[in-house]
Amino acid sequence: MISVRNITKNFGGKNVLNGLNLEIPRGETLVIMGRSGCGKSVLLKIITGLIPADSGEIWFDGTEISKLKAKKMNLLRQKVGMLFQSAALFDSMTVAENVAFMLDQHTDYSKQEMRKIVDEKLALVDLEGVQDLRPAELSGGMRKRVGLARALAFNPEVILYDEPTTGLDPVTCNEINQLILDLHEQLQVTSVVVTHDMHSAFSVATRMAMIHEGRQIAYGSPDEIINIEDPILQQFVLFGAPDQILNMENPILKEYLNR
Amino acid sequence: MKQQSATPESSGRFQAHRILRSITTRLHNVLSELGQAFTLFFQTLIQIFRPPFQFDLLVKQLLLVGFNSLAVVIVSGFFTGMVLGVQGYIQLKPYAVEGSVARFVCVSIVKELGPMITAFVLAGRIGASITAELSTMKVTEQIDALEVMGTNPVKYLVVPRFLACSIMLPTLTIFSTFAGIAGGFVAVVTLFDVNGYFFLLEAQKNLFVGSVLISLIKATSFGMAIAAVGCYKGFSISTAGGAEGVGTATTGSAVISLITILILDFVLNHILFNILGLI
Repeated sequence: MISVRNITKNFGGKNVLNGLNLEIPRGETLVIMGRSGCGKSVLLKIITGLIPADSGEIWFDGTEISKLKAKKMNLLRQKVGMLFQSAALFDSMTVAENVAFMLDQHTDYSKQEMRKIVDEKLALVDLEGVQDLRPAELSGGMRKRVGLARALAFNPEVILYDEPTTGLDPVTCNEINQLILDLHEQLQVTSVVVTHDMHSAFSVATRMAMIHEGRQIAYGSPDEIINIEDPILQQFVLFGAPDQILNMENPILKEYLNR
Repeated sequence: MKQQSATPESSGRFQAHRILRSITTRLHNVLSELGQAFTLFFQTLIQIFRPPFQFDLLVKQLLLVGFNSLAVVIVSGFFTGMVLGVQGYIQLKPYAVEGSVARFVCVSIVKELGPMITAFVLAGRIGASITAELSTMKVTEQIDALEVMGTNPVKYLVVPRFLACSIMLPTLTIFSTFAGIAGGFVAVVTLFDVNGYFFLLEAQKNLFVGSVLISLIKATSFGMAIAAVGCYKGFSISTAGGAEGVGTATTGSAVISLITILILDFVLNHILFNILGLI
């Protein structure tokens, strides 16, 4: 569905993405892992057209998006929902206004119709009775849920999650992970989750990719990933993944555990 | 082996090279910022005429910029007029032309101080608040969120603020001008021995359509400048700027707005008086 081809991005002389290739198949939940600052969030911004890549191509359903004019890009963006790391809720608006924002901007729905959709989307993320609250009155987990409800408002084909569990307590993290799983099952959307939280990654992924020094160094299903004998990947997985999913027969893991 | 040591000439050359490099870097940064500011300005002008037209956003900004600034603009104008009246009378009296104080107050307020005081008040009050609001939105990824949701941030955020400042600054200038003339009148009539009727008659005689036009042209230009600088400084902050970045951008916005107003005033005076010959 989305194909990232040979993307490079340089910030102030530092190569953040260095010829990155990545396939995001339709209907899958792809988790992109990597250390802080490895370019995971930059990749999401390039996919959504927020920042241009220095070179390379992004294909979305057979369309190369870097050459699209603003109007066509905006139409394409309506197929994508994004949950930002900080939720990025508009603090001058209520929860209901936040969730209804895209509907208000891009449709002729009446206030009642919008209210119905808002209630529906908030129910999807297990939030009710918060429609008239302001983002400042919500907890971190609730803000993420509202951000997710807003991302779902226009029935997107793809949902991008930028560090969905960062800054949340373990219980709320678990709830957000469950929500990502539920949404994937109920709506059959394609999801891209950027995270360095291995618990979250192995909870929600149907496919995983590891980025290191601006390149993809591993790609596969969670089962395949834990068996790849790459020291950087295994080190990353070892320090974060739940014990029950680690492959203790992996020689690299054995070596680490014996130290 | 021959040992190399830095001679005074090579050290001097090194210093000169460093200074030159620093100057060219700064010049490059200034030109680059100017280029970005003008790009945003022209994008705004284009977006003004592109549908959809969101009048609700404009009305909200008009109220914010206009109604909420009215009291402070009137008070500032009134006291500026009073100061002008007092100073004018004191300065003109030794030449026995204190009767011209009304003309002095009226012309100064209409052509210069009315639009200038209003612009200064709005640069501090509205320009800085625009920057603070937009830069906070930038830092908290709200502007990115707008864009991801297919909404043009320039159209949604900049256009209403730009139009509101361009419309409300001349409107507020009318109020501050009247308040200024009233302030001059109150000061001169109550503190000195000047006939009130004579003051008003003199003021009316010296209030030309051309002067009012100059005042409104200046005010509109100042309004555009305040909004353009406020929005540019708000948009130009990096997402990683944080609270410190917001503070720096806000202060920078107020300072640049004030300097821009003064430069613009000089340029407009030259164009309107010397080139177009308005009085």
